[in-house]
Amino acid sequence: MHDAATAGPRTLVEKIWDRHRVLHRDGADLLSVDRHLLHEGSHHAFDRLAAAGLRVRHPGLTFAVADHYAPSHPDRAGPAQAVMIDRLAANTARHGIDSFGLGDARRGIVHVAMPEQGLTLPGTLIVCGDSHTATHGAFGAFAFGIGASEVAHVLATQTLWQRPVPMMRIAVLGSLPRGTTAKDLALHIISRIGTGGATGHAVEYAGPAIAALSMEARMTLCNMTIEMGARSGIVPPDAVTFNWLAGRAMAPSGADWAAAVADWATLRSDPGARYGRAVTLDAAEVAPMVTWGTSPEHVAPVTAAVPATEPDALDYMGIAAGTPIEGLAVQRGFIGSCTNGRWSDLVAAAELLKGRRVAVPLLVSPGSEAIAAQAEATGLAGIFRAAGAEWGAPGCSLCVSMNGDRVAEGERCASTSNRNFRGRQGPGARTHLMSPAMVAAAALTGRITDARQLPRADLSEIAK
Amino acid sequence: MTPFTTATGTGALLALDNVDTDQLIPARFMKRSRSEGYGQQLLHDLRFDAQGAERAGFPLNGRAEPPMVLVAGANFGCGSSREAAVYALVDHGIRVVVAKGFADIFGNNAQRNGLLTLTLAPEAHDRLAARIAAAPGAGITVDLAAQTLRCAGLAPVTFDIDPVAKRRLLLGLDEIAETLQDLAAIERHEAAARAARPWLTPRPVGTGTGTGPGAG
Repeated sequence: MHDAATAGPRTLVEKIWDRHRVLHRDGADLLSVDRHLLHEGSHHAFDRLAAAGLRVRHPGLTFAVADHYAPSHPDRAGPAQAVMIDRLAANTARHGIDSFGLGDARRGIVHVAMPEQGLTLPGTLIVCGDSHTATHGAFGAFAFGIGASEVAHVLATQTLWQRPVPMMRIAVLGSLPRGTTAKDLALHIISRIGTGGATGHAVEYAGPAIAALSMEARMTLCNMTIEMGARSGIVPPDAVTFNWLAGRAMAPSGADWAAAVADWATLRSDPGARYGRAVTLDAAEVAPMVTWGTSPEHVAPVTAAVPATEPDALDYMGIAAGTPIEGLAVQRGFIGSCTNGRWSDLVAAAELLKGRRVAVPLLVSPGSEAIAAQAEATGLAGIFRAAGAEWGAPGCSLCVSMNGDRVAEGERCASTSNRNFRGRQGPGARTHLMSPAMVAAAALTGRITDARQLPRADLSEIAK
Repeated sequence: MTPFTTATGTGALLALDNVDTDQLIPARFMKRSRSEGYGQQLLHDLRFDAQGAERAGFPLNGRAEPPMVLVAGANFGCGSSREAAVYALVDHGIRVVVAKGFADIFGNNAQRNGLLTLTLAPEAHDRLAARIAAAPGAGITVDLAAQTLRCAGLAPVTFDIDPVAKRRLLLGLDEIAETLQDLAAIERHEAAARAARPWLTPRPVGTGTGTGPGAG
């Protein structure tokens, strides 16, 4: 596959791959990169560039943002965080890279802010030194995370060597039941195939349940694809994609827009394209999902009980096998991250929180300054504050716990983030992954709660 | 990059699946520069308790010398793309990780830092794991050119490795310098891509209209 000489039906990713092939050598392809996204973690790559005396080859195709170390509250961050943010600012300024630093209205989590600016486009090849770069596949881009050495390589050459990637198709039939979201769908898929179920594969999503997803829901699903072990996730672009992109600051406009849409409309897998793996699921089987252990595959519907299969994980989590998931006491909640920090995620949580008070501390960190500003303008932020939640500044916040935000040892946190690894939210922290509405429900009751059982306010006036 | 030809030392068994990169190097240590080293932070929260004391019985603790080989279960290195996970292993003295499987990005990162990642046949993996558990001091030699792993007390085993990765490791190649030799081909490709899709080049900042998040 991917051999330039190969004719015949191709997958969407193979078509994008072929467009970007510079040359083929020793079983690998040198691919050109359309967008290179950076955050504070790029310091190793810049150091390597400096050591080799190299410049950034295409600063105009490189965009940076301060997110991992950006504090959600100034009191919780220290000088160490400021050093990382300043280092990014200095490195990007030195090389003439447009960087969304603190105070920039375009700033946000890299996988939220870059799509908002219209930088993520169908058919493009996008890389970033962050595993959740798979998010951008929601737009029909081939997007994946890379390490620091590869970041340095892309900075210096605007290319990347890639071995052929096996293809996997995940088709989701039917439609998602009321009260379930793309987050639940992603966790449901992981529950079926495991965290190694798609290792190294380029996953393509298909089927009516996928086509019915909003752009933001597609981002949530593609984001979580890395938790299946995949290199990337992709949704074929369609009218939902084009409508979302129209008018974005750095997206094509005018005559360019028409030409771009005409091109994007051709981005489809051919009938008969071959996939190394294929899975078909029924969306009707998806329920609100909650993780109970220390891997995203340790997951079950909220109505289930904790199985006895992972004693080490249960020991860390402080849960006995057989305990019903619903009713587990939590000490705090977190709504945010590149998985679930977008506008519709916040609206879904606010529908439950409006007019009520949280029983445990709830931290909300919107995915971007643009979302935060819209939430202030529409009153959405006020709903969270009135409910007793903390409305924090945008950033990776409590998902990555390197910015001052931390869950205390032994505390149980209901979280919309993407990883429930040991210590991910702080040493000894116990993370339960779930959707934004489920976190809101847990924060209101102080226990893991089936959000379908709670009343929801009508926020259609705000949400539109 | 330091070339990898052969390496000799002992092995440690970390009999866990899904050892994620947050375990290999907790996020709070990632502000360190490369020159400060990451070896002491490897698997920090599994190796040390909350007071900073070594946890007795953890395979990396209580050893006269750090192991050369780490043997682990499936899906090793999953999660965050942080290359510091590889730095931590390398700085600790580990040259080879033998696992039942590796996460995609971790494998790429390892290859670019002289860390050899091996997946053996299941029976060979289990024999090696059992041998290390029974005799932690057993000597192990890995010969990359010959693609063999010898552990005292076991028959030698051969392993597969991608030829490009093998060459890169053996020679300690600088991938960037190699690629820049193809600069003319890269420039040709870019010129053709720009001509075919001029709208792909991002427009300068401040020329667009709406920036709102929208609910679509």
